[in-house]
This record gives sequence, structure tokens and C-alpha cells, in this order.
Amino acid sequence: MLKKSSTDKNQLFVDYFFVKFGQPNKNIYNNMDEQQKLDAFQAKIDAEIKIEPKDWMPEEYRKHLQRQISQHAHSEVIGMQPEGNWVLRAPTLRAKVVLLAKIQDEAGHGQYLYAAGETLGKSRDEFIEELQTEKAKYSSIFNYPTLTWADMGAVGWLVDGAAIVNQVSLQRTSYGPYARAMVRICKEESFHQRQGYEIIAHMAKGTPEQKAMAQDALNRLWWPSLMMFGPHDADSPNLGNGVKWKIKRETNDELRQKFIDKTVHQAEVIGLTIPDPDLKWNEETGHYDYGKIDWDEFWNVVKGNGPCNKQRLEHHKRAHNNGKWVREAALAYAQKQKAKQMVA
Amino acid sequence: MDNIKDNQGDVWEVFVQSKPGLPHKHAGSLHATDKEMALQNARDLYTRRNEGTCIWVVPSNFIVSSLPEDSESFFDPSDDKIYRHPTHYVMPEGAKHI
Repeated sequence: MLKKSSTDKNQLFVDYFFVKFGQPNKNIYNNMDEQQKLDAFQAKIDAEIKIEPKDWMPEEYRKHLQRQISQHAHSEVIGMQPEGNWVLRAPTLRAKVVLLAKIQDEAGHGQYLYAAGETLGKSRDEFIEELQTEKAKYSSIFNYPTLTWADMGAVGWLVDGAAIVNQVSLQRTSYGPYARAMVRICKEESFHQRQGYEIIAHMAKGTPEQKAMAQDALNRLWWPSLMMFGPHDADSPNLGNGVKWKIKRETNDELRQKFIDKTVHQAEVIGLTIPDPDLKWNEETGHYDYGKIDWDEFWNVVKGNGPCNKQRLEHHKRAHNNGKWVREAALAYAQKQKAKQMVA
Repeated sequence: MDNIKDNQGDVWEVFVQSKPGLPHKHAGSLHATDKEMALQNARDLYTRRNEGTCIWVVPSNFIVSSLPEDSESFFDPSDDKIYRHPTHYVMPEGAKHI
């Protein structure tokens, strides 16, 4: 066979086909035991070959992704609520159209993510049901209220900022559909952070009352933003497999540090103070040291006792139920059309 | 629509042409109950920033895909035809523009 010929040139072509079709483990899964399948899967992950929906994958990998992607999708969707609170109170028409565009983006991001999650064999309805019955979580940051217009600034700057750090890293996640959704989301997300920073910078330059409002928003949202990255690596039960399987490309602590390092300067530029007396540049590590995060608060909010948990879920259920007749009407209409086609 | 318990309509795949002359490229998927809704949802979901000049939507279950476990036998026929690539041919020393 030409392919097995040992000249360099032919080897080059074998490599070429390998790269082009990306299936080094062709057809071998059928004859393998569980451990061999796992090893072959890991080899693929280690070779940076993306996993696609129809590929063999360990059940644990599928479950991990279903949990993480749905949690991510739910966060995008629930994240519309704290901002929706300010649409009718936006101070200018420009601020209002921008906020609307941003909220529409969040809805879109939820859609991309649900679609990626659905490729793993769970239906959209199942994901929504898990959210509404509190079997699935969403980012606990959205259980905090948005009390002033400055919070719209802080949410965009800090919450979207933290999300971006996480999502940039996830663009390289090992599951193809998730990685592609992340690429699309990252493209859109940077406008969100910039609009938030613009709002808070504007207020920080305003009257003393406005500046105080900006500082207050930073004070309230700084620590919850750091908590968005999840528990410290040492206390993070899902990290092991997540990193091994390259679902997560960087750990919670690494991502959190990245976020802090780039945000401190942004606060300085607009004359606001990060509410952490222990925050200090560490010459040796080349990073900022930061104070102790209140994990009791974090777990308390995760368990459902945050200021807005109930409100957020109830609103989601209400909106979902209010849309029921629309979904039913659309289905009925589609069925009618199909029936008509059959007759014709 | 005979989906197990899903009440969100069928899944459709979306292909977007970003400029005239370019091929339609897979952008992602969405739910819709009919083709008009699929097109409108695709516009709202995948072209909020002028990403497209044309959109195709196709019900996912109409797409036929090769399977990963069949890929060896499926793609095998091209494995031994390296002469289909220009670099297979040895050009005389000094020949240019070929």
C-alpha cells in the first residue's frame, strides 16, 4: 500500500490525512473494553482533538458538561433580570437602547449554550425544568439586587468582566459545540464590559453623590464577583476531571487571579477604591495578593438564601408559564401546516 | 415535533453567508416550529451585528452525517491517493511558476 511506504514524503501525507480527518482512533472503539475506551478518549483529549456530539465519551464527561453548560446557560438567562430592572429607569435614551441590546445578547448567549447542551442528549425542556425545580444552579451573582444605576455599571464592568475571563479560557474547552459557543459569545461580550465600565467611569467623574454611588456599587459587587469563579481549587470537588478532560483549561484560582490583576488598575484609572484592605501588589509572584473571601456567604447564596434567589426563580417560572400559550399556538399552527401539505 | 417531551419546536441548523460570494457556514442551531419562525429566530440569534447577507435554515433531522465510528472505512478510499495532491509531483530543478 502506498500509504505504508516509508519515504518522508508519503509519511507527510499520512500525517496530512491524520490532521485533516482528525480521527486517529478510527473504528477501534467497538472492540475495546471500558478502560481502553477511556485511554483512547484521554489520548484524544491530550492531542487537543475536540470531542464532537457523536463521538464516544465517558458518561462522567457527558454529565460534567451537561451540568456545566446548563449552569452557564441558566446564568445567561437569569442574568437578564437584574438588568431588566433598569430598562425603564435608564437615565438616557442611549443608555436604554444599549441596555436593551445587552439584555438581548444575554438571551442569545443562553440560546447558544442550551443548543450546545442539547447535543449531549438532554432536551431544552429538561434543562428548564431542572432550573425551575432547583436541581440545576446558575451563577450566584445574579441573586444580588441591582439597587442603583451605578450597579448597571458595576455589573457590566465586574460581572461581565469576570465572565469574560472565564469564557476566554473556555474557548479552548475540549467539547466542540461548547467551544464554538464560547467563541461566539466572547466576540459579543466585550461590548458588555466596556458599556459597564463607561457607565461607572462616568459616575465616578460626576457629582460627589454620583461618585459615592459608583463606589457603593463597587463595594457591594466586588466580593460576589470574585466568588463567581467558584471555590478555591483545594475545595473544588469537580476540578480534577474537569482539568484532566480539558473541560476547564484553567483552575478557579488561576482565573480569579487573572481577573483581579487586570481589574485593579481599571479601578485606579477611574478613582475608585477596591474594598479590600489586604489587596497588595506582590513583587515576587507578579500578582496581587487579596483578602479572604467570605465563603459562608457564597454557600449561603448557592443554597438559595441570597437576597433575590426566590424572586429570580419565580420570575423565570412566571415568564415561562406566560409564554406557554405562544408555544402551544406555534406548535398547533405548524401541525396544521403539515397536515395541509399532506393533503395537497 | 414528536420530540419526547420537548415543547419548544424542532431543532434547526443555521448556515450564514457572511458576504456575497462566500459559502454559507454553519453558525449553530435553534428551536422553531416552522420555517418562517426558524428564519426569523436565526436572524435574531446569529446576525445581530450584520454578520450575514443570507441565511439558510434546515431541520436538523434532515441532515445526514457520516459517523465517527465509520470514518475509517468511509474515508479510506482517499488514503492511498496521494497523487491527488500537487506536492506529490517532482518538479525539475529550477522550474518556476508551477
